[in-house]
Amino acid sequence: MKWLKDFITDFGWPRIIIALFLMALFIAAPFVGVKLGPSFTDVFNRFGQNAVMVLALVPMVQAGCGLNFGLPVGIVAGLLGALITMQIGLTGFTGFVVSIVFTVFFGSLFGWFYAALLNRVKGEEMTISMYIGFSIVMLFSILWLVLPFTKPTLVMGYAGEGLRRSISLENYWRHVLNDNALTIQIGSVIFPTGLILFVALCAFFMFIFMRTKTGTAMTAVGSNPDYARASGVSINKMRTSATIISTIFGGIGILVYQQSFGFVQVYDAPLFMAFPAISALLIGGASVNKASIVNVIIGTLLFQGMLTMTPSVINSMLQTDMSEVIRIIVSNGMIIYALTRKTKVAK
Amino acid sequence: MKSKEMTGKKIINFLSDNIVTIVFLVIAIIAIPFSKLSAQYIITNLVDRFARSAFLVFALILPILAGMGINFAMVLGATAGQIGLIFAIDHRIMGIQGLIYAALIGIPIAILLGWFSGLVLNKARGREMVTGFILGYFMDGIYQFFGLYLMGWIIPLSTAAVRQVRGYGVRNTLGLEPVRGALDKLINIPIKIGTFSLNLPLGTFIVITLLGLFVVWFRKTKLGQDMRAVGQDQVVANAAGINVDRTRILAIIISTILACLGQIIFLQNMGNMFTYTSQRQAGFFAAAAILVGGASVTHAKIINVIVGVILVHLLYITMPLAGKEIFASAMIGQYMSDFINYGIISLSLVLYAWRNRRNAELARASLRGAPEGGK
Repeated sequence: MKWLKDFITDFGWPRIIIALFLMALFIAAPFVGVKLGPSFTDVFNRFGQNAVMVLALVPMVQAGCGLNFGLPVGIVAGLLGALITMQIGLTGFTGFVVSIVFTVFFGSLFGWFYAALLNRVKGEEMTISMYIGFSIVMLFSILWLVLPFTKPTLVMGYAGEGLRRSISLENYWRHVLNDNALTIQIGSVIFPTGLILFVALCAFFMFIFMRTKTGTAMTAVGSNPDYARASGVSINKMRTSATIISTIFGGIGILVYQQSFGFVQVYDAPLFMAFPAISALLIGGASVNKASIVNVIIGTLLFQGMLTMTPSVINSMLQTDMSEVIRIIVSNGMIIYALTRKTKVAK
Repeated sequence: MKSKEMTGKKIINFLSDNIVTIVFLVIAIIAIPFSKLSAQYIITNLVDRFARSAFLVFALILPILAGMGINFAMVLGATAGQIGLIFAIDHRIMGIQGLIYAALIGIPIAILLGWFSGLVLNKARGREMVTGFILGYFMDGIYQFFGLYLMGWIIPLSTAAVRQVRGYGVRNTLGLEPVRGALDKLINIPIKIGTFSLNLPLGTFIVITLLGLFVVWFRKTKLGQDMRAVGQDQVVANAAGINVDRTRILAIIISTILACLGQIIFLQNMGNMFTYTSQRQAGFFAAAAILVGGASVTHAKIINVIVGVILVHLLYITMPLAGKEIFASAMIGQYMSDFINYGIISLSLVLYAWRNRRNAELARASLRGAPEGGK
């Protein structure tokens, strides 16, 4: 029985409950008339849609900056990249790739400033990053109205200036990853191979990066700053690289999200986008100062699985839509659990 | 010479201590002429809005005193106040009695929630603020479950205007006509000087003054002193025989109760309630106001509350119109005032953390001694 006890404390009760809940939903689905095939398709799509944004959180957790509530800093970089590409008029896969290039550029720039700020407020990163995220979304809301975008598909039809609230990607790069030659259909399950491959590529890059000299030094800074400094690692430099990487991945994350969702949402849409990503990472088993790629994959699957299955299954069962309430309680409950947990020494 | 240097240093210190307030004041002063609003309009609005929201901001003082930072979990108290109001409206209790009824229902809920959030925050030492923030969102979920599903199903709702059309759950917007202005109009003094006229909601101001006196008195009590000791240094306070955990929980409970009463006062002035979102605005507003007023994460006085409420509302009144005038777009003005709001909180949190770190580093450097000191 000891291995079971160890397994439970290792895995954590909340995670087990969520996993069991998700399993129950899948088992109950056929009985209440919810088709499993389309459900699986949805889960795969939503996993791919969100995974990169969750991945973006990993380096900052590892470098000891805590949960990156300031993910919107990266998100606005991604929005800027996508919108500039659309303004130029590039479409399809080329458009998607060029928007990534722009995003990497803006992400590095914003990330550098963001890191410089966070390095001056060590110990208070999480509260401050949350408000920095809110501030930058609002600052960019002003810019979306002011910047000289002119494409009719982008700007508001009536005034001829100022971006639309949500801009359709239909004639640009909608579903460029989700729906291409690689997509496989097995029965009623459609597997978005391209999307999953792209996520795998990002995850692989992150995996390799965390094992380079820089990545190892970063982890050292996060686990024991004094030890890291004594061995000649510059704490601020490592935190800066972690923040920049996180911001760039946040930007790429929103690009992947948009091409799957089909719309670029501007103004206050990114305001709370960091929260579901953080919940997913924590559900995957990460803590405030330790996170791995495995946490990202498990967490995103569980969280998005839950978000996909609860509305359909619970609705057909109770004839009311309780999914929103369940989402709020589970995702925020998970963050509170992580924040209040005594950080255990790694084995 | 020396005294000149001293005053120079004093001025610099004063400026750097109050930089957030000064920045905000400058923005407001620039915005006023652009908004083209009359002094009459601005002042009557300010008086009304001050009466509306000052009480809420007071709720943040005690947790700051106890070293727990900005109590973002005050949203839980605001929620309790809203639950009280829902029952008052549903049981058709009018006027000031309705408000008292709401408070009597709200306070026990606030105590319970305050105790719960105190326990949680004690487990999240060193990151109280972010935890309190998330706790507010977590509570939103529980509150929605309670309001949308339990109310009208397990807990009976008798008034049709409160129920959702589907038969159970509380409506998303609730008209508060029966208790509207019950406290504001209790003792209403019209002031008229020449063409300038103003309705002074004296009842509300008396309540706010009493609360201010309570805070002043409370700081001097044993419990108030304990809170300050805990805020200074938890280890020392513990060694001195103060029950640190209990003191911190009490600070949060009192804060939550005040937030509950504050939200009731706020909503009776507004006259209607967005059942599932009003509480969130309370938290955002109060945090912005107390920081703009010059409080920091560790120091808060009554004057900070007063200055902060006035300045933030001045911005709310003038900015949308000033934005329209300056940028030819009311939307920009709206986003601008949101940005300034969030930005100013970031700025004051950053400045505080920055100063703290610099002081810690200076202290460490002084331990090392002079660089050429040793052999």
